[in-house]
Amino acid sequence: MLEIRDLHATVADKPILKGLNLTIKPGEVHAIMGPNGSGKSTLANVLAGRDNYAITGGEALFEGKSLAELEPEERAQAGLFLAFQYPVEIPGVSNMEFLKAALESVRTAQGKEEWDSVTLLRQARAACKQVNLDASFLKRGVNEGFSGGEKKRNEIMQMLLMEPKLALLDETDSGLDIDALQTVAKGVNSLRSPERGIVLVTHYQRLLDYIVPDFVHVLSNGQIIKSGGKELALELEKKGYGWLTGEEESA
Amino acid sequence: MSQAELDKLIRSNYEAGFSTTVDTETLPPGLSEEVIRFLSAKKEEPEWMLEWRLDSYRKWQEMPSPGWAHLHHDPIDFNKVSYYSKPKSLDDAPKSLDEVDPELLATYEKLGIPLHEQEMLAGVAVDVVFDSSSVFTTFKEKLWEAGVIFCSISEAIQNHPELIKKYLGSVVPKGDNFYAALNSAVFSDGSFVYIPKGVRCPMELSTYFRINEANTGQFERTLIIADEGSHVSYLEGCTAPQRDENQLHAAVVELVALPGAEIKYSTVQNWYPGDENGKGGIYNFVTKRGVAHDNSKISWTQVETGSAITWKYPSVILRGDNSIGEFYSVALTRHMQQADTGTKMIHLGKNTKSTIISKGISAGRSSNSYRGLVRISPRAENARNFTQCDSLLLGDTCGAHTFPYIESKNPSATIEHEATTSKVSDDQMFLCRQRGIDPEKAVSMIVNGFCKEVFKELPMEFAVEAGKLLEVSLEGAVG
Repeated sequence: MLEIRDLHATVADKPILKGLNLTIKPGEVHAIMGPNGSGKSTLANVLAGRDNYAITGGEALFEGKSLAELEPEERAQAGLFLAFQYPVEIPGVSNMEFLKAALESVRTAQGKEEWDSVTLLRQARAACKQVNLDASFLKRGVNEGFSGGEKKRNEIMQMLLMEPKLALLDETDSGLDIDALQTVAKGVNSLRSPERGIVLVTHYQRLLDYIVPDFVHVLSNGQIIKSGGKELALELEKKGYGWLTGEEESA
Repeated sequence: MSQAELDKLIRSNYEAGFSTTVDTETLPPGLSEEVIRFLSAKKEEPEWMLEWRLDSYRKWQEMPSPGWAHLHHDPIDFNKVSYYSKPKSLDDAPKSLDEVDPELLATYEKLGIPLHEQEMLAGVAVDVVFDSSSVFTTFKEKLWEAGVIFCSISEAIQNHPELIKKYLGSVVPKGDNFYAALNSAVFSDGSFVYIPKGVRCPMELSTYFRINEANTGQFERTLIIADEGSHVSYLEGCTAPQRDENQLHAAVVELVALPGAEIKYSTVQNWYPGDENGKGGIYNFVTKRGVAHDNSKISWTQVETGSAITWKYPSVILRGDNSIGEFYSVALTRHMQQADTGTKMIHLGKNTKSTIISKGISAGRSSNSYRGLVRISPRAENARNFTQCDSLLLGDTCGAHTFPYIESKNPSATIEHEATTSKVSDDQMFLCRQRGIDPEKAVSMIVNGFCKEVFKELPMEFAVEAGKLLEVSLEGAVG
């Protein structure tokens, strides 16, 4: 469903990705690991279409369509979801209002049946429960005054409702305590299905104890330098990244 | 988002920009005692009213136009403005809607304000003012049964002279300021409301102002008196055709809240703002003020999206003990619009309380200023004020300014002031777009969220309208 070939990308004109190849098939869970500054988050943001993140070479095809040619909202409508590393606050816009606009747009684009407000509320409450967020969060402004952990859980809650085809999770584990990490992992695992691809961008192995990936890739200096199964993550945990990148690195 | 994308978003059409062709009697431009005599005679006003006008005119002639606001415009030539324009069909005051010129009715239909009572929003009575004249007031009889007087100010001068003599100019004196003096001399029409003691007005009252004729100034005068223990909610809306020249609008609104009364005054102002290059648009110089007696409350809510220039400070004089003043404002400027708006809360009585929530949104090359005064007089024991001024910038070619003035002469006062300036951030836009929301919808959602505290103060039907108006004003905006 996602085919990345020799992808080159810049952030504010600075080259970050330098010839990245990656194929993700439906049903697979991939973990992208690597030292700070290796381009992990850049990859997630390039795929989602953030401003200033430009594809300068190669291609990224999502279900056969070139992502470069789609606006960010079109990518979302096509079923691509990014759980943000730093979810931003939108004061005064309630979570519910936000979800309504998002789901209306995405469900319509995907030809799914429209949810009336009763259904929407019921679904949203269920999703909140799944990630251990009180339903009162639906009335609050998007991420407004949420703690770090609440923001991350709010992202997963949105993801559950949006039912993406491809979910990109950008360092969703950072800043989470062990309980929150398990809650988040449970939410993500519940989305695992034969039709869905999941990409976990993470610095640490510990998330992968709870969401066991099918593939692990090590990203360094804008390229994937090693790929393997879930055991590769354990090896990285023990040895750090230095043995792969040839640099001293304290993970 | 890039500036170019933002510009694209902000550029949009002014939906109320059409004009209506009706036969009018319009005075040639120019201002003199003769013009005022003519105008007064046309309205068959009593001698005392003419004298009041002439006295105002003399005061006005001696006053300089104010230069302190953060506004830039060429001097206004007051002799190029026509001070009277009335559709001929209104010469014989229509007794029922059937007698109103269909062209006029069509104009209001087009603006989304049907005048047929059965089609109207249930529970809203409307007075419509077209250029210099009141066209029609709906639900008059039903209000009359409750003892409420709701009519044009011209009618009130004829039929309720005792109330006019007592209260007209009692809150905004003739010589209060340059534009108020001008208005006092030449005001054409406007609305008059009297709520008797202890009456809760059974419906929302509303006036809809429309400037149509070119080169015509609109000088309306509104007077609302809420007698002891009464309650009224009033809303005004304004639009004007899209014209290349600037048109002048100088209104005066006076509110009197007698002991225990409550007045809620809401405005949705959408005068033509001019085009992207600052051509055309209304010059809006307005004086709005209320006096709150013991235990009374005056609440101003305004949503200002139109006008090339807005100069407006709805204020409350908290004269009585335990009186409450509130000001909730959303001012949106785009293109080359300039707004200098805010409020004055003058605390005179004991235990008086005021709240100011101001939300300024600037886009394009516009300039948006908040100017507010909180004054606590020596005998205002335990006065409290809370002020919050937030500015939101769309893009990097607009400006937001805050000019708060605080004068406290009583040590028991509590005054709080909070101010923030923020931008619609790329991160917020990206979050919305990543969730499938298109950029226009995203901007309007973010801006509406920013304004939420103010919108919730509007009567419900109008809160929806105001939200839509912001959406239209921002149509085509950010990426």
